[in-house]
Amino acid sequence: MPSPTVAAATRPPQAEAGPSGAAGVKLTCRGLWKIFGEGGRRFLERHGGAPTSEQLAAGGLIGAVRDAGLEIHDGEVFVIMGLSGSGKSTFVRCLSRLIEPTAGELIFEGRDLLAASERELTEIRRHKMGMVFQHFALLPHLTVLGNVAFPLEVQGVGRAAREARALEVIELVGLKGRESYFPRELSGGQQQRVGIARSLAVEPEIWFLDEPFSALDPLIRREMQDEFLRLQRVLRKTIVFITHDFDEAIRLADRIAIMKDGRIVQIGRPEDLVTSPATQYVAEFTRDVSRAKVLSVRSVMSAVPESAGPESAGPESDGSGAAGGELAGELPAAARIGEVARRVLRAERPFAVVDEAGRVVGRLEPGQVLEVLAPGEAAPGPGGEGGVKAAQ
Amino acid sequence: MTVTGEMATAPAVPRRPGLLAWVAALAVLVALWLAAGRLTWLVAWPDGWIVPLRYWISDAMHWLVRDATFGLFTFKEFTRAIAWVLNLPLQACLVLLSRGFEVPLGAATLAVPPLSWLGVLGAMTFASWRVGGRRLALLVGLCFGYLVVFGQWNSAMVTLSSILVAVPLGIVGGALLGIAGYRNREVERAMTPILDLMQTVPVFAYLIPVLFLFGFGPVSAMIATIVYALPPMVRITILALRAVPAEVVEFGRMAGCTERQMLWKVLLPSARYGLMVGVNQVIMLSLNMVIIASMIGAGGLGHDVLAALRRLAIGAGLEAGVAITVLAISLDRLGQAIASRGATPVHVLRARGFVARHGTLIGILGILAGAYLLAFLVPALRHYPDALTVNTGPFFDKLVEWVNVHLFTYLDAVKSSLLIYVLIPFKRFLVGLPWPGVALLLAVAGWRIGGPRLAALVAALAVFVAVTGNWEKAMISAYLCGISVVVAMLIGLPVGILAAGSERIHRIAQNTVDTLQTLPSFVYLIPVVMLFQVGDFSAMIAIVAYAVAPAVRYTDHGIRGVPGEIVEAARMAGCRRGQLLWKVQIPLALPEIMLGVNQTIMMALSMLVISALVGTRDLGQEVYIALTRADTGHGLVAGLCVACIAIVADRLIGAWAARRREELGMEQRA
Ligand SMILES: Nc1ncnc2c1ncn2[C@@H]1O[C@H](COP(=O)(O)OP(=O)(O)OP(=O)(O)O)[C@@H](O)[C@H]1O
Ligand SMILES: [Mg+2]
Repeated sequence: MPSPTVAAATRPPQAEAGPSGAAGVKLTCRGLWKIFGEGGRRFLERHGGAPTSEQLAAGGLIGAVRDAGLEIHDGEVFVIMGLSGSGKSTFVRCLSRLIEPTAGELIFEGRDLLAASERELTEIRRHKMGMVFQHFALLPHLTVLGNVAFPLEVQGVGRAAREARALEVIELVGLKGRESYFPRELSGGQQQRVGIARSLAVEPEIWFLDEPFSALDPLIRREMQDEFLRLQRVLRKTIVFITHDFDEAIRLADRIAIMKDGRIVQIGRPEDLVTSPATQYVAEFTRDVSRAKVLSVRSVMSAVPESAGPESAGPESDGSGAAGGELAGELPAAARIGEVARRVLRAERPFAVVDEAGRVVGRLEPGQVLEVLAPGEAAPGPGGEGGVKAAQ
Repeated sequence: MTVTGEMATAPAVPRRPGLLAWVAALAVLVALWLAAGRLTWLVAWPDGWIVPLRYWISDAMHWLVRDATFGLFTFKEFTRAIAWVLNLPLQACLVLLSRGFEVPLGAATLAVPPLSWLGVLGAMTFASWRVGGRRLALLVGLCFGYLVVFGQWNSAMVTLSSILVAVPLGIVGGALLGIAGYRNREVERAMTPILDLMQTVPVFAYLIPVLFLFGFGPVSAMIATIVYALPPMVRITILALRAVPAEVVEFGRMAGCTERQMLWKVLLPSARYGLMVGVNQVIMLSLNMVIIASMIGAGGLGHDVLAALRRLAIGAGLEAGVAITVLAISLDRLGQAIASRGATPVHVLRARGFVARHGTLIGILGILAGAYLLAFLVPALRHYPDALTVNTGPFFDKLVEWVNVHLFTYLDAVKSSLLIYVLIPFKRFLVGLPWPGVALLLAVAGWRIGGPRLAALVAALAVFVAVTGNWEKAMISAYLCGISVVVAMLIGLPVGILAAGSERIHRIAQNTVDTLQTLPSFVYLIPVVMLFQVGDFSAMIAIVAYAVAPAVRYTDHGIRGVPGEIVEAARMAGCRRGQLLWKVQIPLALPEIMLGVNQTIMMALSMLVISALVGTRDLGQEVYIALTRADTGHGLVAGLCVACIAIVADRLIGAWAARRREELGMEQRA
């Protein structure tokens, strides 16, 4: 196995952090292992803490999570992706210690989670963690209200207080009026709204979602994703979201970790994965993705020549600083190519790219857009009709 | 992908020594059989060699009862204390339902009568209507009406009292053990073999220790009932709790539940439908036990059936037997209705007031109180007048007389020829088989089907039977059981096949089978004895009647379970009906049908012991004799031998069916 490459791929992306860059780290894990089977811990020690796949197989053990490390920042949506059986669920359950990791380090809000006693852990889960499950995991004998209030009931919150809070979150997820329904009387989408409301009732610091929309059909799934984005805009939670659907990941994620056979292969922003996949596996994963939806203008443009990088592009590069050809207008650097493609191709002229502060950081040629839309096919010439077709 | 591919092509079960082993085993058997003429110990285990297990057990029992002590109190005091505690709720129910009680007031006594029959009938019907609608109310009303009109009321209330105490205790006890097993694999592993044994040892066998420890009377009968009804509840509780989705358990932990919150607020409520199956089982088994329990003093309906059987009073026996069935059916349906009531939306109910929400309870109490008071004015409401009861005794007496006069010659001819040409030769053959040969043959079968462990198990069980000196009796049991199973299959297979082919027959068969299974096993004996007198033949008929149900059910179910696509494919390939049946449906359904055979054997064995009452000479008779003599060791050992036969049959057939299903690529049953 190409472990050096993996290690290399795991570390560097963390340097460039998420959008919120300087924000604090909520949850850190390092060298996390989970080995299923008799005597996993001893096995791990015997093999110097890093058994190979062959050694694991020979020992009859399953390495569900292998040497996983990551940092989750405050307020970001961190998506974990991977094929079925790659260890996503196990990993995320290790993060909340629903499953006891075999080895590794786990730090939540600056304290060592693995050292926490059962009682402390219960307290942390009661007040700081929420989880949404793939198959909803609603309690069949309780109404919507009862289900949503359940985590508070377990904490011993009084009836009036917990029901008031439950009603708030029920309204938040758009289920007002159905408080007294039982789960079996709700559709899948509605049931998952209950699951979401329930996990939000305790105002968790960190929110785990394990394939929350996978059991729903495509239309409802899309609707729920929108709903999720809306909620996140309001709540700004720290989120760990599991999915095996890359489209879902790029819609929701600030950063994505890709897992394979228990290892984290790469961590990065969606466009990093597309533009510079660390391994063939990641490239495979992202191949069918519509690049126009992932790539930002910034990642495609040609940077303004005199500045070393976009960050240091000082005010001197202001003032139409165009290096040849008249510009058709300005584009925000953070926009996705898909959002601006039509304009650029129609204009048949380059655009200036500006960052949030309004500084010009580069220029975008129609040819570059075309290259994203139809890679390798169109020579960088006047886009014309071909480009318009591709954009449609 | 590649992994599953490899799995599929590799043989599911490694090859075992083939034909040769069979031939060798058979040859040994024949050789031993020939040698048996000179070496009698091959057939009849010499008395001198018998391991005196039964005396050891009896001695241990005596020691327990006489000398064992916990220091502060003796073992006997301990058991009697349990009996005393259990007696309290039982007496309360009896007072309420059947006896009433007397308050001494100076010189005179004030007799407080029990609840009026009309009140109980009305309250049951009302409750059924509230939880299950008009149909259930009609059913329960008719059932309780039967008890009144056929003069079964008082006995039925005695029986109901013990059921009302035994069932909740069985449920709670079973659930607690089940929870312990769910939480701790070790506990489960320790419990499983005990549960297996409890479910295969004939009930009679553990009546004796119960009798010994708790004395004769309704309380020990109740304890025996609880012990009998408990095992399925334990198993079902474990299964139901395990079936709670992992995600739900994880949710509970994420919400920060404590152990206790987890159990009461998450696990048990989520598993409640599964648990209800267990509750239903406990009710049915408790009622099954009614007659048998009356042998150690339960009284009530069971006692009536037993007495009628002894007098050969067919009418009285049937009436009381049907009364038990009727009680079972109404309790069962009512229980199911209560359980599934949660399935109707309740959010409508919320807004209503106290009276509406507790309407059922208020109504029941109102009816009971109203009828109670009314009965002071109208005595007929207290005791249903004897003059108005229906008695079928004379009718059945006439019927039997008629049968005896007109049909006796035919019936006797059938019976005699079957006895002479089939039953007796088969019995001679089996009894003449040398035990080492049989053990060897079983071992080879076990080896071929399930490997060395199974082989060792079945051989050991066979040797156990021989060593404890029960070989001959066991062979008689095997003969009676075997021939009954063959007959039951001869009836059950064709009926099952027909039922699988037609909706109408399916429905009729299903209903008949359901009814047959709710009748208490003793009831089968009555008409059989009336027609054929006592003896092996009567026993066989009764066993067949009792055990035919699973043969029909599993065949029907098995053939229906053959995937529709396969049947269609066979049709497209041009199979005719007969070909379809023999070449496609039956082979594919065979594992399931074999499980039916297995069930039939189990039912036949349990009936075997009961048919000891009609004069068989097998292990069942041994147990029965031991019961009448309160000989614990004797009864338990003979009972264990019956269990040995059951376990051998069950493991062999079960392993075969599992293997076959695997070979056919069918999924395992849950
Ligand atoms: N309790 C367990 N015991 C043994 N092996 C397990 C257990 N739970 C998971 N595994 C194994 O660990 C590996 C990872 O499983 P996991 O459920 O984490 O995958 P996943 O990425 O969540 O897959 P999916 O997308 O199907 O949910 C799998 O090979 C699985 O078989
Ligand atoms: Mg998963």
